[in-house]
Amino acid sequence: MPFIPHTEEDIRSMLAVIGVDTIESLFDEIPEKLKIDELSGVPEAASEMEISRLMHERATRDGLQQCFIGAGAYEHHIPAAVWQIATRGEYYSAYTPYQAEASQGTLQLIYEYQTMMAGLTAMDVSNASLYDGASALAEAALMAVRANRKIKSGRILVPETVHLVYRACTTTIVKNQNIELVNLPYCPERGITLPETLQQYADEEVAAVVIQQPNFFGGLEEVDQITDWAHAKGALVIAVNNPLSLSLLKPPGHWGSHGADIACGDGQPLGVPLAGGGPYYGFLCCKQEYVRQMPGRIVGRTVDLNGDPGFVLTLQAREQHIRRSKATSNICTNQGLVVTASTIYMAIMGPEGLRRVALQSHSAARELVTRLARIPGVRQAFSGSFFHECVIQFERPVAEVLQRLAAKNILGGFSLADTYPELENALLLCVTETKTPADIDHYCEALTSILSD
Amino acid sequence: MLIFEQSKPGRKTSSQMPSDAQLPHIKESLTDIPAALLRDTQPLLPEVSELQAVRHYTRLSQRNFSIDTEFYPLGSCTMKYNPRACNTLAMLPGFLNRHPFAPAALNQGFLQTLFELQEMLKAVTGMQGVSLTPMAGAQGEFAGVAMMRAYHQANNQSHRDEILVPDAAHGTNPATAIMCGYKVREIPTGADGDVDIESLRAAVGPQTAGIMLTNPSTLGVFEQRIQEIADIVHQAGGLLYYDGANLNAILGKVRPGDMGFDVIHMNLHKTFSTPHGGGGPGSGAVGVGKRLLPYLPVPLVGESDEGYRWLTESDLPQSIGRLSGFMGNAGVLLRAYIYMRMLGKDGMRRVAEYATLNANYLLVQLQKRGFDAAYPQRRASHEFIITLKKQAQQLGVNAMAFAKRLLDKGFHAPTTYFPLLVPECLLIEPTETESLEELDRFVEAMAEILIEAEQDSALVNQAPHSLPVRKLDDVRAAKSLDLVWRDKVDS
Repeated sequence: MPFIPHTEEDIRSMLAVIGVDTIESLFDEIPEKLKIDELSGVPEAASEMEISRLMHERATRDGLQQCFIGAGAYEHHIPAAVWQIATRGEYYSAYTPYQAEASQGTLQLIYEYQTMMAGLTAMDVSNASLYDGASALAEAALMAVRANRKIKSGRILVPETVHLVYRACTTTIVKNQNIELVNLPYCPERGITLPETLQQYADEEVAAVVIQQPNFFGGLEEVDQITDWAHAKGALVIAVNNPLSLSLLKPPGHWGSHGADIACGDGQPLGVPLAGGGPYYGFLCCKQEYVRQMPGRIVGRTVDLNGDPGFVLTLQAREQHIRRSKATSNICTNQGLVVTASTIYMAIMGPEGLRRVALQSHSAARELVTRLARIPGVRQAFSGSFFHECVIQFERPVAEVLQRLAAKNILGGFSLADTYPELENALLLCVTETKTPADIDHYCEALTSILSD
Repeated sequence: MLIFEQSKPGRKTSSQMPSDAQLPHIKESLTDIPAALLRDTQPLLPEVSELQAVRHYTRLSQRNFSIDTEFYPLGSCTMKYNPRACNTLAMLPGFLNRHPFAPAALNQGFLQTLFELQEMLKAVTGMQGVSLTPMAGAQGEFAGVAMMRAYHQANNQSHRDEILVPDAAHGTNPATAIMCGYKVREIPTGADGDVDIESLRAAVGPQTAGIMLTNPSTLGVFEQRIQEIADIVHQAGGLLYYDGANLNAILGKVRPGDMGFDVIHMNLHKTFSTPHGGGGPGSGAVGVGKRLLPYLPVPLVGESDEGYRWLTESDLPQSIGRLSGFMGNAGVLLRAYIYMRMLGKDGMRRVAEYATLNANYLLVQLQKRGFDAAYPQRRASHEFIITLKKQAQQLGVNAMAFAKRLLDKGFHAPTTYFPLLVPECLLIEPTETESLEELDRFVEAMAEILIEAEQDSALVNQAPHSLPVRKLDDVRAAKSLDLVWRDKVDS
């Protein structure tokens, strides 16, 4: 019996203690006609050897390609130690640390994680993580409306340069809560949100403004001007960031004169594999004054009976298991294991390691984009600087180009044709430190040959 | 000691980062970014060697209780063995290196696995459709209630603005209903632990959008009149939501779809043994009956002659939409798939059978040692409640003190003070993967604590004594918040 330790003798003696003859009689309170005899639709058991063979076949069936897709999920080198330690049973098979004294390992690690994220974002505090970047933006939107006591409106300005799925996900989550998400168009020449675009809302009540930096197109928004504009009219600023980029770019805590109020995003670039889309984790940091409006778990340092330091889950009065229908959110888990890996990643890489990864990604992306733009029929869609992603425009449908690149084992980027009709011949490509000069040569040669047909 | 306190400026792990040779033009490569957009301070991150980091986080791990090291009878959480094969196989490079936006034609091995998982989950729940995208139980609940709302709106029933929730429900149930824009009405529990049917009858009406139920309930008993409940709610025009927290109790024996539920979320991290990971990642896959099929959250995996592909908004125009950036917690889904395949159809049924056997055995043995069952007249499901009301009154030792003293004896504590309606309760769920010997050791430990409580209540009340820290001051933690370590020279 897979994973069940009972011997025949055990079963007999246990039934005798309970005072029944069969295991089936333990289900005697369930109405007979509801019971099923057999599960159809589930195969017979497979041994570990059999399932291992099957999964190896599935994992390798599609071959290996060189990946130049980013769009919110980024390939980076992950030190071997990261997941070896994170998957130790003591982290892997522990529950949420409700029994603090028996969970000091996880709790201290999360306290260190909160410190690292506050450091990267230059914000005052961090929570223990949320599900992913997209749902973190939804929670940040809800939080901003709760926290902004001066503005009664639930209107939030969301540029179209914010990740398209983040916007979709935020809409799903907040749509029944009297929040209005207003789209801000981007500048077609520069691919960023111009401060002038905000002006039409100058006389309207706005609870918060979202800014993604780097934005979905990889470009760099004028964060100082937008932040100051928002603060001048009493709106809060929600930053969405790639946390790795913050080792290079101005952190949201330093935007404008007063800094962003809430910073969130996906922690995936910090030691988390692509893995087909998850599990990743969302981070959420904020100014001290809004800490009690934060959703999700938060770890605090305190003392024990002897006065020695220790760690606990704190501010639980905000949460669903205490407040029930009056909670700040229905969230009850974070992404503990993924945060464990990410914390170990940040500790091993350190500030210099993160900075070098960011710099190398940036300069490799510039190298590829510069060379591609020299190919006839290829141009950079937007002027202006970018981090490690960039929109490239062709003179023919992008689907065909991507398909032919894939035939040469290159995943050439993310097609923008479906979601931005005006960019029907464009793709968003990404280069990280994992790509060598030879990989970049290979991409350029492949594209040259495809477009010369 | 914190990792930051081991940090020394200038210490690097150079084998892990791009080298100077790879970065010949550091200064040049930054001239393209305006200075106003660049960082001018170094972030506060530790500067330690790889060994220092490895040793620090290995040592921290040793300050945790876990399933791999201790019996973990945490009620409502299903802390069963997480097979190692599930982790090893889900972390094959061919899965880890897959970009979520890789074209479907180059993603068939992964998509087929998810498709088969959807099919197996339909089979075990008796539902017509499954979406794997919710990333935790609470998000699955959100998806479920949002689908109910979308259904009512599509049928011109927008006036239905109330969700019924039994008072024994998980706190996420009412919190979720509010997030979906509903009002919440609580339904009381009868003396036998089942929903009070007369109160339910009185509560339903044209305003009823639906009811959220856990069955077996959080009281550890099977809701015997479930079909009657389903009839009452359906006749009033409402829908039934199944909270899958306790699916382990009935896996392969009874199916929520057959009980009359319209929508269900499953906690793959409970029933299907994906790791809890110190609080996530979970997975809250949702299943629906025919009426709610058009509203499932996207993406789903579909099958066609050309192979497997993502189904998105264009395939399901009435979908409630997206809940995650990509495909939920994909790696968790792979682990659940591997676990289900290793159990097979007979293994599913055995999960419920042996989880129930272990729970009933433990309940009887604890009763023999002087503990009171909250519902002694009822059969335990896969978990049960004992109440320490008597011990709290007579000995001055409450449920939390018992829980903390169990830690000293090498057992994780059961769930304490939940459900809220049973005073001084311990909710105990042994799961099917624990041996008879382990259960007996737990009974002995509980009996010992009872004797200690009678002879030296201070010993129990001041527990734990043998852990890395003594009892921690929660009040101080919330009052003088210390959430982030600050160095003296922090920028």
